Amino acid sequence: MADCLKDKVGSVLLPGDIFSFESKEEKVICGPGLRRNGDEILVCKSGILRHKQPNMYWIDSQQKRYVPAKGESVIGIVTVKSGDVFKVDVGGSELASLSYLAFEGATKRNRPNVQVGDLVYAQFLIANKDMEPELVCMDSCGRANGMGVFGTGGLLFRVSLGLVRRLLAPQSELVKELDRAFPFEMVVGLNGRVWVKAQSTQHMLILASLLETCENMTAPQRQALFRKVAHSAP
Amino acid sequence: MRETPLSNCERQFLLKAIEEKKRLDGRQTYDYRNIKITFGTDYGCCIVDLGKTRVLAQVSCELVAPKENRPTEGILFFNLELSPMASPAFELGRQSELLVKLNRLLERCLRNSKCIDTESLCVVSGEKVWQIRVDVHVLNHEGNIMDAASIAAIAALCHFRRPDVGIQGEEVTVYSTDERDPIPLSIYHMPICVSFSFFLQGTYLLVDPCEREERVMDGLLVIAMNKHREICSIQSSGGIMLLREQVLRCSKIASVKVSEITDLINRALENDKKVRTEGGKFGFAESIPKQRITVLKSDGALLEVTNLEQKAEGIASGAEPISDLGRASSPVVRAPGTAQVGESLENAWGLEQLEEEEEEEEPVDQTMDEGQEKEEESLYHKKGEVVVISDSEEEDVVILHPETKVKDSDQQTSSSQQQGTGVTKKKKKPVN
Repeated sequence: MADCLKDKVGSVLLPGDIFSFESKEEKVICGPGLRRNGDEILVCKSGILRHKQPNMYWIDSQQKRYVPAKGESVIGIVTVKSGDVFKVDVGGSELASLSYLAFEGATKRNRPNVQVGDLVYAQFLIANKDMEPELVCMDSCGRANGMGVFGTGGLLFRVSLGLVRRLLAPQSELVKELDRAFPFEMVVGLNGRVWVKAQSTQHMLILASLLETCENMTAPQRQALFRKVAHSAP
Repeated sequence: MRETPLSNCERQFLLKAIEEKKRLDGRQTYDYRNIKITFGTDYGCCIVDLGKTRVLAQVSCELVAPKENRPTEGILFFNLELSPMASPAFELGRQSELLVKLNRLLERCLRNSKCIDTESLCVVSGEKVWQIRVDVHVLNHEGNIMDAASIAAIAALCHFRRPDVGIQGEEVTVYSTDERDPIPLSIYHMPICVSFSFFLQGTYLLVDPCEREERVMDGLLVIAMNKHREICSIQSSGGIMLLREQVLRCSKIASVKVSEITDLINRALENDKKVRTEGGKFGFAESIPKQRITVLKSDGALLEVTNLEQKAEGIASGAEPISDLGRASSPVVRAPGTAQVGESLENAWGLEQLEEEEEEEEPVDQTMDEGQEKEEESLYHKKGEVVVISDSEEEDVVILHPETKVKDSDQQTSSSQQQGTGVTKKKKKPVN
């Protein structure tokens, strides 16, 4: 049964395509864009089918609208402070809630200092289509692990979700090349928001512009562009 | 859907960048984004792209009874709509404050300026007149809807043709386009809105604010002007106090911008007319060059950070002789039925600051000539395909009032906060 999936790896699939199975021996893990319906697997996003050993399949698609998924780390903007929870905009269809106790070291006495309009880096604890998504700013051991409220400064901008995944891929060429250009700090949320901080306003603007332009470039084009920037930037 | 809130981080960054005379998209203080005008297959249909802001205007007409107090005048009707397609923040069928403001401005800009001869729209006095209706739809909102809408509306009105009518006794016949050629409206002048946003209580001024800039601005001044430098309407909102000099300065900038845009509209109209008479292909579909998936991808303005000192030298030395308006504002024609300006604008920010730093370390002498040559070359090159909307308006502004030239430039040095960087640099050079 996995054969029919395996055959299609690397090819473009459209929503509505169906893979059906006869034997129920093998296990297949469906990633984003694939959905199980009884004995069939339905494609629900258009994109390229990808495969990871031994049996993981998903659809690599291009989109701008973010759909929350459990466990993903995102950059949110705090919009409302209501009692025990903050309402956070993550770019999804609904505001996510973030409890003030979900920060490292936070207790009922010791509240985290979060203002309306602040940025938070958090991950989804609950994200499904029927419930309000819920964010937390710590991992299962209660450690911040890089999450929490952002400090001042820096620039936030939006890129497409595809580019974000490329930036976050381990051993990403893009990040390595950027690194060579000049030093900077970067936080990438899977919801398409990227926050950068560099030594000057201009560097941050250059970074934002580079990331926005390099999405549709081939590797040599991109390298040439980055080299140019690296040479000219002090 | 609600709109994405603006975070404190973005707000702080934008204000800081504006203080440092930088903009998110690499424009200079007085630069417009790329403007592209496309006409549809039908008469009176026009799409204007202002950067990523996109507005469609459609003109239609029908025969109605005139207003009782004006029996010999045709009726003009303007309607601007903000659909959720433009931005998730817009709701359908809700009269938001912004919508009312935009509609009012558009009406004041086009109807109250009497740019269209309404008397020529009369068919039978007191009984039948033409009602011209302009529907403006915002297709995408990336800031500065007003300017895009006014350009689209006036371009569509200029492009529109109404059917010819014949009167025999009591009988009024409307001829179809096959029987008699349709008639264009008689348009006296073309008022165009130019928006100025003010930041930090009016200390800083930007032309053509983008969406994020609009959200952090303190006040907005919209000037509607035609190319004869007649102000058709002027409106300040946001409740900031503007000095007399600021308003005058804005009106001077507006006159430059308006003449450029008018030129562009005329070029687009001519181009469209030419293509139509030749029987070539026209309309939106034809203006999209290739049938590929990547057709709609936009090549953002690439950063040009090479040869910093050479280029900057070139710009500085090239800046002095700029005195002809014509060169800067000649539009490009890419596809049938369109015209655009400022395509693939090169970013120039960052050049001056770095250049100054480097200059302090080592005096640049022999690179200067090279730089000049390079700049000249690139200018020639640009003439062919791409035109950059005038990069330093200071000079342009000065030309309009030659008698106040000296005074103007004095003012400019004193009020260095609002100045284009080009001039600052020029003034510095002899000192070094």
